[in-house]
Amino acid sequence: MTTKTIKVNYLARVEGEGSLYVRVKDGEVEDVALKIFEPPRFFEALLRGRAYTEAPDITARICGICPVAYQMSAVHAIEAACGTAVGGPLRALRRLLYCGEWIESHALHIYLLHAPDFLGYPDSIKLARDYPDVVKRGLQLKKAGNEIVSLVGGREIHPINVRVGGFYRVPARRELAPLAEKLRWAREAARETVRFAATLPFPDFEQEYEFVALRHPDEYPFNEGQIVSSGGLNIAPAEYEEYFEEEHVERSTALHSVLKGRGAYFVGPMARYSLNFDRLSSGAQDAAREAGLGPQCRNPFQSIVVRSVETLYACDEALRIIEEYEMPDAPAVPVTPRAGVGHACTEAPRGILYHRYAIDDDGTILSAKIVPPSSQNQKTIEKDVFQVVARNIGLPTDALTLRCEQSIRNYDPCISCSTHFLRLEMDRG
Amino acid sequence: MSRAPAPPPATALVVGIGNEYRSDDGAGLLVARRVRAAGLGRVEVREEGGDVGDLLASWSRSDSVFLVDSVRSDSSPGTIYRFDARAAQLPSIFVPHVSSHSVGLAEAVELAQALDELPPRLIVYAIEGADFSSGTRLSAAVQAAIPAVAERLIGELGALVTSGERS
Repeated sequence: MTTKTIKVNYLARVEGEGSLYVRVKDGEVEDVALKIFEPPRFFEALLRGRAYTEAPDITARICGICPVAYQMSAVHAIEAACGTAVGGPLRALRRLLYCGEWIESHALHIYLLHAPDFLGYPDSIKLARDYPDVVKRGLQLKKAGNEIVSLVGGREIHPINVRVGGFYRVPARRELAPLAEKLRWAREAARETVRFAATLPFPDFEQEYEFVALRHPDEYPFNEGQIVSSGGLNIAPAEYEEYFEEEHVERSTALHSVLKGRGAYFVGPMARYSLNFDRLSSGAQDAAREAGLGPQCRNPFQSIVVRSVETLYACDEALRIIEEYEMPDAPAVPVTPRAGVGHACTEAPRGILYHRYAIDDDGTILSAKIVPPSSQNQKTIEKDVFQVVARNIGLPTDALTLRCEQSIRNYDPCISCSTHFLRLEMDRG
Repeated sequence: MSRAPAPPPATALVVGIGNEYRSDDGAGLLVARRVRAAGLGRVEVREEGGDVGDLLASWSRSDSVFLVDSVRSDSSPGTIYRFDARAAQLPSIFVPHVSSHSVGLAEAVELAQALDELPPRLIVYAIEGADFSSGTRLSAAVQAAIPAVAERLIGELGALVTSGERS
Protein backbone atom coordinates (compact mmCIF):
# COMPACT_ATOMS: atom_id res chain seq x y z
CA MET A 1 0.00 0.00 0.00
CA THR A 2 1.45 3.38 -0.95
CA THR A 3 0.19 6.78 -0.04
CA LYS A 4 1.37 9.90 -1.79
CA THR A 5 0.57 13.34 -0.45
CA ILE A 6 0.90 16.60 -2.35
CA LYS A 7 0.98 19.69 -0.23
CA VAL A 8 1.27 23.23 -1.50
CA ASN A 9 1.44 25.28 1.65
CA TYR A 10 1.23 28.69 0.04
CA LEU A 11 -0.31 29.01 -3.38
CA ALA A 12 1.68 31.41 -5.51
CA ARG A 13 0.33 33.79 -8.15
CA VAL A 14 -3.19 33.74 -6.76
CA GLU A 15 -4.70 36.54 -4.71
CA GLY A 16 -4.89 35.88 -0.98
CA GLU A 17 -3.77 33.03 1.22
CA GLY A 18 -4.70 29.49 0.43
CA SER A 19 -3.21 26.03 0.24
CA LEU A 20 -3.89 22.75 -1.45
CA TYR A 21 -3.91 19.25 -0.03
CA VAL A 22 -4.15 16.13 -2.17
CA ARG A 23 -4.04 12.53 -0.91
CA VAL A 24 -3.44 9.60 -3.24
CA LYS A 25 -3.65 6.01 -2.01
CA ASP A 26 -2.72 2.94 -4.07
CA GLY A 27 -2.80 4.94 -7.27
CA GLU A 28 -6.25 6.41 -6.62
CA VAL A 29 -7.00 10.00 -5.66
CA GLU A 30 -8.64 9.96 -2.25
CA ASP A 31 -9.02 13.57 -1.27
CA VAL A 32 -8.49 17.04 -2.70
CA ALA A 33 -8.91 20.06 -0.45
CA LEU A 34 -8.41 23.67 -1.41
CA LYS A 35 -7.87 25.26 1.98
CA ILE A 36 -8.41 28.93 2.47
CA PHE A 37 -6.92 30.49 5.56
CA GLU A 38 -7.08 34.13 4.57
CA PRO A 39 -8.34 35.82 7.72
CA PRO A 40 -12.10 36.45 7.89
CA ARG A 41 -13.25 39.81 6.61
CA PHE A 42 -16.57 40.56 8.39
CA PHE A 43 -17.81 42.84 5.58
CA GLU A 44 -21.42 41.65 5.66
CA ALA A 45 -21.55 42.34 9.38
CA LEU A 46 -19.93 45.75 9.24
CA LEU A 47 -22.37 46.93 6.56
CA ARG A 48 -25.24 46.53 9.01
CA GLY A 49 -26.26 49.89 10.45
CA ARG A 50 -24.49 51.88 7.74
CA ALA A 51 -26.26 54.21 5.30
CA TYR A 52 -27.45 52.84 1.93
CA THR A 53 -25.18 55.38 0.21
CA GLU A 54 -22.08 53.87 1.84
CA ALA A 55 -22.40 50.36 0.37
CA PRO A 56 -20.40 51.01 -2.83
CA ASP A 57 -17.43 52.54 -1.01
CA ILE A 58 -17.36 50.01 1.82
CA THR A 59 -17.62 46.97 -0.43
CA ALA A 60 -15.04 48.36 -2.90
CA ARG A 61 -12.54 47.74 -0.11
CA ILE A 62 -13.10 43.98 -0.36
CA CYS A 63 -10.76 43.78 -3.34
CA GLY A 64 -7.97 45.84 -4.85
CA ILE A 65 -8.30 44.05 -8.19
CA CYS A 66 -12.06 44.13 -8.72
CA PRO A 67 -13.38 47.06 -6.64
CA VAL A 68 -15.54 48.18 -9.58
CA ALA A 69 -17.40 44.87 -9.50
CA TYR A 70 -18.23 45.39 -5.82
CA GLN A 71 -19.33 48.96 -6.46
CA MET A 72 -21.49 47.92 -9.39
CA SER A 73 -23.25 45.06 -7.61
CA ALA A 74 -23.74 47.32 -4.57
CA VAL A 75 -25.29 50.28 -6.44
CA HIS A 76 -27.55 48.07 -8.53
CA ALA A 77 -28.80 46.16 -5.49
CA ILE A 78 -29.42 49.35 -3.50
CA GLU A 79 -31.15 51.00 -6.47
CA ALA A 80 -33.31 47.89 -6.86
CA ALA A 81 -34.30 48.16 -3.19
CA CYS A 82 -35.22 51.83 -3.74
CA GLY A 83 -37.09 51.15 -6.99
CA THR A 84 -34.76 53.25 -9.17
CA ALA A 85 -33.18 52.29 -12.47
CA VAL A 86 -30.23 54.17 -13.96
CA GLY A 87 -30.17 54.41 -17.75
CA GLY A 88 -28.74 56.42 -20.63
CA PRO A 89 -25.18 57.79 -20.49
CA LEU A 90 -24.85 57.02 -16.77
CA ARG A 91 -25.50 53.37 -17.47
CA ALA A 92 -23.03 53.52 -20.38
CA LEU A 93 -20.37 55.06 -18.11
CA ARG A 94 -20.86 52.20 -15.67
CA ARG A 95 -20.17 49.76 -18.50
CA LEU A 96 -17.11 51.79 -19.49
CA LEU A 97 -15.78 51.63 -15.94
CA TYR A 98 -16.33 47.88 -15.93
CA CYS A 99 -14.43 47.58 -19.25
CA GLY A 100 -11.47 49.25 -17.52
CA GLU A 101 -11.54 46.76 -14.68
CA TRP A 102 -11.76 43.75 -17.00
CA ILE A 103 -8.85 44.97 -19.11
CA GLU A 104 -6.73 45.66 -16.03
CA SER A 105 -7.56 42.41 -14.25
CA HIS A 106 -7.39 40.15 -17.30
CA ALA A 107 -4.09 41.64 -18.56
CA LEU A 108 -2.55 41.11 -15.14
CA HIS A 109 -3.67 37.51 -14.97
CA ILE A 110 -2.83 36.61 -18.56
CA TYR A 111 0.68 38.05 -18.62
CA LEU A 112 1.98 38.14 -15.08
CA LEU A 113 0.22 35.26 -13.36
CA HIS A 114 -0.87 32.70 -15.93
CA ALA A 115 1.49 32.85 -18.95
CA PRO A 116 4.56 31.73 -16.92
CA ASP A 117 2.80 28.38 -16.30
CA PHE A 118 2.54 27.59 -19.99
CA LEU A 119 6.01 28.75 -20.94
CA GLY A 120 7.78 26.95 -18.09
CA TYR A 121 8.78 29.92 -15.91
CA PRO A 122 8.35 30.17 -12.15
CA ASP A 123 7.24 33.82 -12.33
CA SER A 124 6.75 36.81 -14.57
CA ILE A 125 10.20 38.25 -13.80
CA LYS A 126 11.94 35.21 -15.28
CA LEU A 127 9.47 35.32 -18.16
CA ALA A 128 10.29 39.02 -18.73
CA ARG A 129 13.99 38.20 -19.16
CA ASP A 130 13.27 35.97 -22.15
CA TYR A 131 10.10 37.63 -23.45
CA PRO A 132 10.51 41.34 -22.60
CA ASP A 133 8.21 42.52 -25.39
CA VAL A 134 5.44 40.18 -24.35
CA VAL A 135 5.56 41.35 -20.74
CA LYS A 136 5.81 45.01 -21.78
CA ARG A 137 2.69 44.58 -23.88
CA GLY A 138 0.90 43.05 -20.90
CA LEU A 139 1.90 45.91 -18.59
CA GLN A 140 0.87 48.54 -21.15
CA LEU A 141 -2.45 46.83 -21.72
CA LYS A 142 -3.07 46.72 -17.98
CA LYS A 143 -2.24 50.40 -17.82
CA ALA A 144 -4.87 51.20 -20.47
CA GLY A 145 -7.44 49.54 -18.20
CA ASN A 146 -6.12 51.46 -15.20
CA GLU A 147 -6.55 54.71 -17.09
CA ILE A 148 -10.24 54.06 -17.75
CA VAL A 149 -10.76 53.29 -14.06
CA SER A 150 -8.81 56.43 -13.08
CA LEU A 151 -10.78 58.72 -15.38
CA VAL A 152 -14.27 57.36 -14.76
CA GLY A 153 -13.71 56.06 -11.23
CA GLY A 154 -11.56 58.88 -9.87
CA ARG A 155 -8.52 56.76 -9.08
CA GLU A 156 -7.00 53.44 -10.10
CA ILE A 157 -7.52 51.37 -7.01
CA HIS A 158 -10.66 51.52 -4.88
CA PRO A 159 -12.30 54.18 -7.12
CA ILE A 160 -14.15 56.92 -5.27
CA ASN A 161 -16.39 58.40 -7.94
CA VAL A 162 -19.20 55.80 -7.93
CA ARG A 163 -22.37 56.57 -6.01
CA VAL A 164 -25.86 55.19 -5.69
CA GLY A 165 -27.72 56.77 -8.64
CA GLY A 166 -24.64 57.35 -10.80
CA PHE A 167 -21.39 59.22 -10.20
CA TYR A 168 -20.15 62.24 -8.25
CA ARG A 169 -18.66 63.69 -11.41
CA VAL A 170 -19.00 62.70 -15.03
CA PRO A 171 -16.40 63.34 -17.73
CA ALA A 172 -16.99 65.70 -20.64
CA ARG A 173 -16.69 64.20 -24.14
CA ARG A 174 -13.35 65.88 -24.73
CA GLU A 175 -11.87 64.24 -21.60
CA LEU A 176 -12.52 60.84 -23.13
CA ALA A 177 -10.67 61.59 -26.40
CA PRO A 178 -7.12 60.85 -25.13
CA LEU A 179 -8.45 57.65 -23.62
CA ALA A 180 -9.85 56.57 -26.99
CA GLU A 181 -6.44 57.01 -28.54
CA LYS A 182 -4.87 54.70 -25.94
CA LEU A 183 -7.69 52.22 -26.35
CA ARG A 184 -7.12 51.96 -30.07
CA TRP A 185 -3.58 50.86 -29.24
CA ALA A 186 -4.96 48.55 -26.53
CA ARG A 187 -7.35 46.95 -29.01
CA GLU A 188 -4.45 46.01 -31.26
CA ALA A 189 -2.49 44.76 -28.24
CA ALA A 190 -5.50 42.70 -27.18
CA ARG A 191 -5.74 41.15 -30.66
CA GLU A 192 -2.06 40.31 -30.39
CA THR A 193 -2.76 38.86 -26.93
CA VAL A 194 -5.37 36.47 -28.35
CA ARG A 195 -2.88 35.32 -30.99
CA PHE A 196 -0.16 34.90 -28.36
CA ALA A 197 -2.43 32.95 -26.00
CA ALA A 198 -3.54 30.66 -28.82
CA THR A 199 0.05 29.49 -29.37
CA LEU A 200 0.47 28.22 -25.78
CA PRO A 201 0.52 24.46 -25.19
CA PHE A 202 -2.73 23.20 -23.63
CA PRO A 203 -3.28 19.77 -22.11
CA ASP A 204 -6.33 17.96 -23.41
CA PHE A 205 -8.71 18.49 -20.51
CA GLU A 206 -12.28 19.05 -21.65
CA GLN A 207 -14.70 18.83 -18.72
CA GLU A 208 -18.46 18.79 -18.30
CA TYR A 209 -19.37 21.87 -16.28
CA GLU A 210 -22.58 23.65 -15.48
CA PHE A 211 -21.65 27.14 -16.67
CA VAL A 212 -23.41 30.02 -14.92
CA ALA A 213 -23.32 33.62 -16.16
CA LEU A 214 -25.50 36.62 -16.81
CA ARG A 215 -27.24 36.94 -20.14
CA HIS A 216 -28.65 40.16 -21.53
CA PRO A 217 -30.91 40.49 -24.59
CA ASP A 218 -28.40 42.62 -26.54
CA GLU A 219 -25.10 42.94 -24.70
CA TYR A 220 -22.19 40.84 -23.56
CA PRO A 221 -22.97 40.98 -19.85
CA PHE A 222 -21.51 43.39 -17.33
CA ASN A 223 -24.19 44.94 -15.13
CA GLU A 224 -27.46 43.45 -16.10
CA GLY A 225 -29.19 40.29 -17.24
CA GLN A 226 -30.83 37.05 -16.22
CA ILE A 227 -28.72 34.44 -14.46
CA VAL A 228 -28.59 31.56 -16.93
CA SER A 229 -26.77 28.23 -17.01
CA SER A 230 -25.77 25.59 -19.50
CA GLY A 231 -28.11 23.30 -17.52
CA GLY A 232 -31.18 25.36 -18.40
CA LEU A 233 -31.33 27.74 -15.44
CA ASN A 234 -32.87 31.12 -16.31
CA ILE A 235 -33.67 33.25 -13.28
CA ALA A 236 -33.71 36.88 -12.18
CA PRO A 237 -30.94 37.96 -9.76
CA ALA A 238 -33.66 38.36 -7.09
CA GLU A 239 -34.22 34.59 -7.26
CA TYR A 240 -30.52 33.75 -6.71
CA GLU A 241 -30.91 32.44 -3.16
CA GLU A 242 -33.78 30.14 -4.18
CA TYR A 243 -31.43 28.27 -6.49
CA PHE A 244 -27.98 28.65 -4.95
CA GLU A 245 -26.78 28.07 -1.42
CA GLU A 246 -23.56 28.42 0.50
CA GLU A 247 -22.08 25.66 2.62
CA HIS A 248 -19.52 26.00 5.35
CA VAL A 249 -16.60 23.59 5.09
CA GLU A 250 -14.25 23.23 8.01
CA ARG A 251 -11.03 23.64 6.05
CA SER A 252 -11.91 27.02 4.62
CA THR A 253 -12.81 30.49 5.83
CA ALA A 254 -14.60 30.86 2.47
CA LEU A 255 -18.05 29.41 1.99
CA HIS A 256 -18.57 26.92 -0.83
CA SER A 257 -21.45 27.74 -3.17
CA VAL A 258 -23.55 25.07 -4.82
CA LEU A 259 -26.53 24.97 -7.11
CA LYS A 260 -29.22 23.42 -4.91
CA GLY A 261 -29.64 19.75 -5.72
CA ARG A 262 -27.02 19.94 -8.49
CA GLY A 263 -23.76 20.76 -6.77
CA ALA A 264 -20.70 22.45 -8.23
CA TYR A 265 -20.94 25.00 -11.03
CA PHE A 266 -18.58 27.23 -12.98
CA VAL A 267 -18.52 31.03 -13.16
CA GLY A 268 -16.09 33.38 -14.89
CA PRO A 269 -14.78 34.14 -18.37
CA MET A 270 -15.23 30.63 -19.77
CA ALA A 271 -18.85 30.46 -18.55
CA ARG A 272 -19.62 33.97 -19.83
CA TYR A 273 -18.04 33.22 -23.17
CA SER A 274 -19.77 29.85 -23.61
CA LEU A 275 -23.17 31.31 -22.74
CA ASN A 276 -22.76 34.61 -24.61
CA PHE A 277 -20.53 34.03 -27.63
CA ASP A 278 -23.22 35.56 -29.87
CA ARG A 279 -23.13 38.78 -27.81
CA LEU A 280 -19.41 39.43 -28.38
CA SER A 281 -18.36 42.12 -30.85
CA SER A 282 -17.72 40.76 -34.33
CA GLY A 283 -14.00 41.54 -33.90
CA ALA A 284 -13.82 39.48 -30.72
CA GLN A 285 -15.75 36.62 -32.33
CA ASP A 286 -13.38 36.61 -35.31
CA ALA A 287 -10.32 36.64 -33.05
CA ALA A 288 -11.75 33.72 -31.05
CA ARG A 289 -12.32 31.70 -34.21
CA GLU A 290 -8.83 32.47 -35.48
CA ALA A 291 -7.49 31.28 -32.13
CA GLY A 292 -9.22 27.96 -32.70
CA LEU A 293 -12.00 28.43 -30.16
CA GLY A 294 -15.54 27.32 -30.92
CA PRO A 295 -18.58 29.12 -29.50
CA GLN A 296 -18.05 27.15 -26.29
CA CYS A 297 -14.87 26.31 -24.42
CA ARG A 298 -14.71 23.51 -21.85
CA ASN A 299 -10.97 23.24 -21.31
CA PRO A 300 -10.07 25.41 -18.28
CA PHE A 301 -6.44 25.57 -19.40
CA GLN A 302 -7.68 27.52 -22.43
CA SER A 303 -9.25 30.12 -20.14
CA ILE A 304 -6.19 32.26 -20.92
CA VAL A 305 -7.38 32.48 -24.53
CA VAL A 306 -10.93 33.25 -23.42
CA ARG A 307 -9.66 36.01 -21.10
CA SER A 308 -7.75 37.46 -24.05
CA VAL A 309 -10.91 37.44 -26.18
CA GLU A 310 -12.81 39.19 -23.38
CA THR A 311 -10.03 41.77 -23.11
CA LEU A 312 -10.42 42.49 -26.81
CA TYR A 313 -14.19 42.75 -26.34
CA ALA A 314 -13.72 45.19 -23.45
CA CYS A 315 -11.52 47.41 -25.67
CA ASP A 316 -14.12 47.30 -28.49
CA GLU A 317 -16.94 48.06 -26.10
CA ALA A 318 -15.07 50.89 -24.36
CA LEU A 319 -14.35 52.51 -27.73
CA ARG A 320 -17.99 52.14 -28.78
CA ILE A 321 -19.19 53.75 -25.54
CA ILE A 322 -16.73 56.64 -25.86
CA GLU A 323 -17.78 57.24 -29.46
CA GLU A 324 -21.48 57.41 -28.61
CA TYR A 325 -21.09 59.23 -25.29
CA GLU A 326 -23.02 62.40 -24.57
CA MET A 327 -22.37 64.06 -21.23
CA PRO A 328 -25.49 63.66 -19.06
CA ASP A 329 -27.21 66.73 -17.56
CA ALA A 330 -26.61 65.50 -14.03
CA PRO A 331 -23.92 63.12 -12.73
CA ALA A 332 -26.51 61.07 -10.83
CA VAL A 333 -30.24 60.51 -10.55
CA PRO A 334 -31.86 60.98 -7.13
CA VAL A 335 -32.41 57.74 -5.24
CA THR A 336 -34.87 58.04 -2.36
CA PRO A 337 -34.63 55.28 0.23
CA ARG A 338 -37.60 53.13 1.14
CA ALA A 339 -37.91 50.00 3.22
CA GLY A 340 -37.20 46.96 1.10
CA VAL A 341 -34.80 44.37 -0.21
CA GLY A 342 -32.71 44.73 -3.35
CA HIS A 343 -30.67 42.13 -5.24
CA ALA A 344 -28.14 42.45 -8.01
CA CYS A 345 -25.71 40.32 -9.88
CA THR A 346 -22.97 41.74 -12.08
CA GLU A 347 -20.07 40.12 -13.94
CA ALA A 348 -16.82 40.66 -12.04
CA PRO A 349 -13.72 39.68 -14.04
CA ARG A 350 -13.84 36.30 -12.26
CA GLY A 351 -17.59 35.71 -12.63
CA ILE A 352 -20.95 36.62 -11.15
CA LEU A 353 -20.93 38.68 -7.98
CA TYR A 354 -24.21 38.62 -6.05
CA HIS A 355 -25.25 41.29 -3.53
CA ARG A 356 -28.43 41.51 -1.49
CA TYR A 357 -29.30 44.35 0.89
CA ALA A 358 -32.27 44.93 3.16
CA ILE A 359 -32.71 48.58 4.06
CA ASP A 360 -35.21 50.41 6.23
CA ASP A 361 -37.24 53.56 5.49
CA ASP A 362 -34.37 55.96 6.13
CA GLY A 363 -31.91 53.88 4.11
CA THR A 364 -30.08 52.19 6.98
CA ILE A 365 -28.73 48.81 5.90
CA LEU A 366 -30.33 46.08 7.98
CA SER A 367 -28.59 43.12 6.42
CA ALA A 368 -26.20 42.36 3.58
CA LYS A 369 -25.21 39.24 1.69
CA ILE A 370 -22.28 39.07 -0.72
CA VAL A 371 -21.36 36.01 -2.78
CA PRO A 372 -18.13 36.55 -4.74
CA PRO A 373 -17.13 34.50 -7.77
CA SER A 374 -14.13 32.77 -6.24
CA SER A 375 -16.21 31.15 -3.51
CA GLN A 376 -18.61 29.93 -6.19
CA ASN A 377 -15.80 28.25 -8.09
CA GLN A 378 -14.12 26.51 -5.15
CA LYS A 379 -15.89 23.18 -5.55
CA THR A 380 -15.22 23.18 -9.30
CA ILE A 381 -11.54 23.93 -8.73
CA GLU A 382 -11.30 20.94 -6.38
CA LYS A 383 -13.01 18.71 -8.94
CA ASP A 384 -10.58 19.86 -11.65
CA VAL A 385 -7.57 19.17 -9.42
CA PHE A 386 -9.00 15.73 -8.64
CA GLN A 387 -9.22 14.96 -12.38
CA VAL A 388 -5.78 16.41 -13.10
CA VAL A 389 -4.18 14.20 -10.44
CA ALA A 390 -6.13 11.12 -11.56
CA ARG A 391 -4.98 11.56 -15.16
CA ASN A 392 -1.37 12.37 -14.32
CA ILE A 393 -0.80 10.06 -11.40
CA GLY A 394 2.44 8.73 -12.87
CA LEU A 395 4.11 12.15 -13.04
CA PRO A 396 6.90 12.91 -10.56
CA THR A 397 5.55 14.78 -7.54
CA ASP A 398 7.14 18.11 -8.52
CA ALA A 399 5.62 18.07 -11.99
CA LEU A 400 2.26 16.93 -10.64
CA THR A 401 2.30 19.67 -8.00
CA LEU A 402 2.97 22.27 -10.66
CA ARG A 403 0.11 20.91 -12.78
CA CYS A 404 -2.20 21.14 -9.73
CA GLU A 405 -1.21 24.75 -9.08
CA GLN A 406 -1.73 25.57 -12.71
CA SER A 407 -5.23 24.05 -12.52
CA ILE A 408 -6.04 26.44 -9.69
CA ARG A 409 -4.61 29.44 -11.52
CA ASN A 410 -6.87 28.61 -14.49
CA TYR A 411 -9.59 30.21 -12.36
CA ASP A 412 -7.61 33.31 -11.35
CA PRO A 413 -9.07 32.84 -7.89
CA CYS A 414 -9.33 35.82 -5.60
CA ILE A 415 -9.10 34.28 -2.19
CA SER A 416 -9.37 37.54 -0.24
CA CYS A 417 -12.71 38.21 -1.89
CA SER A 418 -14.13 34.83 -1.09
CA THR A 419 -13.36 34.89 2.61
CA HIS A 420 -16.35 35.16 4.88
CA PHE A 421 -16.82 34.50 8.50
CA LEU A 422 -19.59 32.36 9.85
CA ARG A 423 -21.36 33.14 13.04
CA LEU A 424 -19.94 30.81 15.66
CA GLU A 425 -22.46 28.69 17.53
CA MET A 426 -20.95 26.82 20.45
CA ASP A 427 -22.67 23.68 21.54
CA ARG A 428 -21.46 22.86 25.03
CA GLY A 429 -23.86 19.99 25.41
CA MET B 1 -1.00 85.93 -26.37
CA SER B 2 2.15 83.94 -25.91
CA ARG B 3 1.84 80.53 -24.35
CA ALA B 4 3.56 80.02 -20.99
CA PRO B 5 6.65 77.84 -21.34
CA ALA B 6 6.19 74.25 -20.15
CA PRO B 7 7.69 73.67 -16.68
CA PRO B 8 11.06 71.93 -16.78
CA PRO B 9 10.88 68.21 -16.04
CA ALA B 10 11.39 67.23 -12.42
CA THR B 11 14.98 66.37 -11.57
CA ALA B 12 13.91 63.67 -9.17
CA LEU B 13 10.89 61.57 -8.33
CA VAL B 14 10.22 60.54 -4.73
CA VAL B 15 7.67 57.81 -4.11
CA GLY B 16 6.43 56.95 -0.64
CA ILE B 17 4.97 53.46 -0.53
CA GLY B 18 2.69 51.93 2.06
CA ASN B 19 -0.69 51.69 3.72
CA GLU B 20 -1.24 54.19 6.49
CA TYR B 21 -3.97 52.02 8.00
CA ARG B 22 -1.46 49.25 8.64
CA SER B 23 0.52 50.94 11.43
CA ASP B 24 4.26 50.97 10.58
CA ASP B 25 3.49 50.22 6.93
CA GLY B 26 2.59 53.90 6.58
CA ALA B 27 6.16 55.06 7.29
CA GLY B 28 7.07 55.51 3.60
CA LEU B 29 4.06 57.75 3.04
CA LEU B 30 4.91 59.90 6.05
CA VAL B 31 8.49 60.38 4.86
CA ALA B 32 7.17 61.39 1.42
CA ARG B 33 4.88 64.00 3.02
CA ARG B 34 7.81 65.52 4.88
CA VAL B 35 9.81 65.73 1.68
CA ARG B 36 6.85 67.36 -0.07
CA ALA B 37 6.49 69.86 2.76
CA ALA B 38 10.15 70.85 2.27
CA GLY B 39 9.05 72.28 -1.09
CA LEU B 40 12.16 71.42 -3.10
CA GLY B 41 12.01 72.71 -6.64
CA ARG B 42 12.04 70.17 -9.49
CA VAL B 43 11.27 67.28 -7.16
CA GLU B 44 8.02 65.40 -7.75
CA VAL B 45 6.63 63.56 -4.73
CA ARG B 46 4.08 60.76 -5.04
CA GLU B 47 2.38 58.38 -2.66
CA GLU B 48 1.62 54.83 -3.67
CA GLY B 49 -0.68 52.65 -1.63
CA GLY B 50 -1.39 50.12 -4.25
CA ASP B 51 0.11 48.60 -7.28
CA VAL B 52 3.80 49.32 -7.33
CA GLY B 53 3.89 47.72 -10.76
CA ASP B 54 2.48 50.95 -12.12
CA LEU B 55 5.64 52.69 -10.93
CA LEU B 56 7.36 51.40 -14.02
CA ALA B 57 5.39 53.83 -16.14
CA SER B 58 6.21 56.86 -13.98
CA TRP B 59 9.96 56.11 -14.00
CA SER B 60 10.25 57.15 -17.59
CA ARG B 61 9.69 60.78 -16.56
CA SER B 62 12.67 61.09 -14.25
CA ASP B 63 16.34 60.11 -14.26
CA SER B 64 16.57 59.89 -10.48
CA VAL B 65 14.00 57.94 -8.54
CA PHE B 66 13.88 57.57 -4.75
CA LEU B 67 11.52 55.04 -3.19
CA VAL B 68 10.68 54.96 0.51
CA ASP B 69 9.09 51.90 2.03
CA SER B 70 8.84 49.92 5.24
CA VAL B 71 10.45 46.51 5.60
CA ARG B 72 10.25 43.51 7.86
CA SER B 73 13.46 41.61 8.65
CA ASP B 74 15.28 40.64 11.83
CA SER B 75 16.74 44.07 12.56
CA SER B 76 15.53 46.25 15.39
CA PRO B 77 12.51 48.47 14.65
CA GLY B 78 13.42 51.87 13.28
CA THR B 79 16.59 50.66 11.52
CA ILE B 80 17.17 52.75 8.40
CA TYR B 81 18.35 51.17 5.16
CA ARG B 82 19.55 52.72 1.94
CA PHE B 83 19.89 50.55 -1.15
CA ASP B 84 21.22 51.44 -4.55
CA ALA B 85 18.89 49.27 -6.62
CA ARG B 86 21.08 49.53 -9.72
CA ALA B 87 24.13 48.26 -7.86
CA ALA B 88 22.64 45.16 -6.24
CA GLN B 89 19.44 43.17 -6.06
CA LEU B 90 17.08 44.30 -3.32
CA PRO B 91 16.70 41.91 -0.40
CA SER B 92 13.31 40.25 -0.01
CA ILE B 93 12.37 42.09 3.14
CA PHE B 94 9.82 44.46 1.60
CA VAL B 95 6.28 43.97 2.78
CA PRO B 96 3.73 43.23 0.06
CA HIS B 97 1.20 46.00 0.39
CA VAL B 98 -2.11 45.16 -1.06
CA SER B 99 -2.16 41.58 -2.16
CA SER B 100 -0.27 39.01 -4.11
CA HIS B 101 -2.22 40.20 -7.14
CA SER B 102 -0.21 43.39 -6.98
CA VAL B 103 3.47 43.60 -7.70
CA GLY B 104 5.59 44.34 -4.63
CA LEU B 105 8.49 46.78 -4.57
CA ALA B 106 11.33 44.28 -4.89
CA GLU B 107 9.48 42.48 -7.69
CA ALA B 108 8.71 45.73 -9.51
CA VAL B 109 12.38 46.68 -9.44
CA GLU B 110 13.43 43.23 -10.61
CA LEU B 111 10.80 43.29 -13.34
CA ALA B 112 11.99 46.72 -14.52
CA GLN B 113 15.51 45.37 -14.58
CA ALA B 114 14.46 42.38 -16.69
CA LEU B 115 12.71 44.77 -19.09
CA ASP B 116 15.70 47.10 -19.14
CA GLU B 117 13.54 49.91 -17.79
CA LEU B 118 15.35 50.88 -14.61
CA PRO B 119 15.93 54.62 -14.27
CA PRO B 120 19.60 55.69 -14.34
CA ARG B 121 19.49 56.27 -10.58
CA LEU B 122 17.23 54.25 -8.30
CA ILE B 123 17.70 54.63 -4.56
CA VAL B 124 15.50 52.84 -2.03
CA TYR B 125 15.21 54.06 1.54
CA ALA B 126 13.54 51.71 3.98
CA ILE B 127 12.57 51.67 7.63
CA GLU B 128 12.36 48.48 9.65
CA GLY B 129 8.80 48.20 11.00
CA ALA B 130 7.58 46.30 14.03
CA ASP B 131 3.81 46.40 13.85
CA PHE B 132 1.88 45.87 10.60
CA SER B 133 -1.51 45.25 12.14
CA SER B 134 -4.61 47.37 11.43
CA GLY B 135 -4.44 50.84 12.87
CA THR B 136 -2.81 54.22 12.39
CA ARG B 137 -0.45 54.32 15.36
CA LEU B 138 3.22 53.83 14.52
CA SER B 139 5.79 52.17 16.80
CA ALA B 140 7.92 54.71 18.68
CA ALA B 141 11.14 53.61 16.96
CA VAL B 142 9.57 53.93 13.51
CA GLN B 143 8.07 57.27 14.42
CA ALA B 144 11.56 58.47 15.37
CA ALA B 145 13.12 57.17 12.14
CA ILE B 146 10.71 59.08 9.86
CA PRO B 147 12.23 62.60 10.29
CA ALA B 148 15.72 61.09 10.11
CA VAL B 149 15.02 59.45 6.75
CA ALA B 150 13.28 62.57 5.46
CA GLU B 151 16.28 64.68 6.44
CA ARG B 152 18.75 62.35 4.71
CA LEU B 153 16.58 62.24 1.62
CA ILE B 154 16.12 66.02 1.53
CA GLY B 155 19.90 66.40 1.82
CA GLU B 156 20.49 63.97 -1.01
CA LEU B 157 17.83 65.65 -3.17
CA GLY B 158 19.22 69.09 -2.39
CA ALA B 159 22.68 68.05 -3.63
CA LEU B 160 21.15 66.51 -6.73
CA VAL B 161 18.99 69.52 -7.61
CA THR B 162 21.94 71.87 -7.09
CA SER B 163 24.22 69.82 -9.29
CA GLY B 164 21.41 69.60 -11.87
CA GLU B 165 21.07 73.40 -11.91
CA ARG B 166 24.81 73.81 -12.35
CA SER B 167 25.06 71.42 -15.25
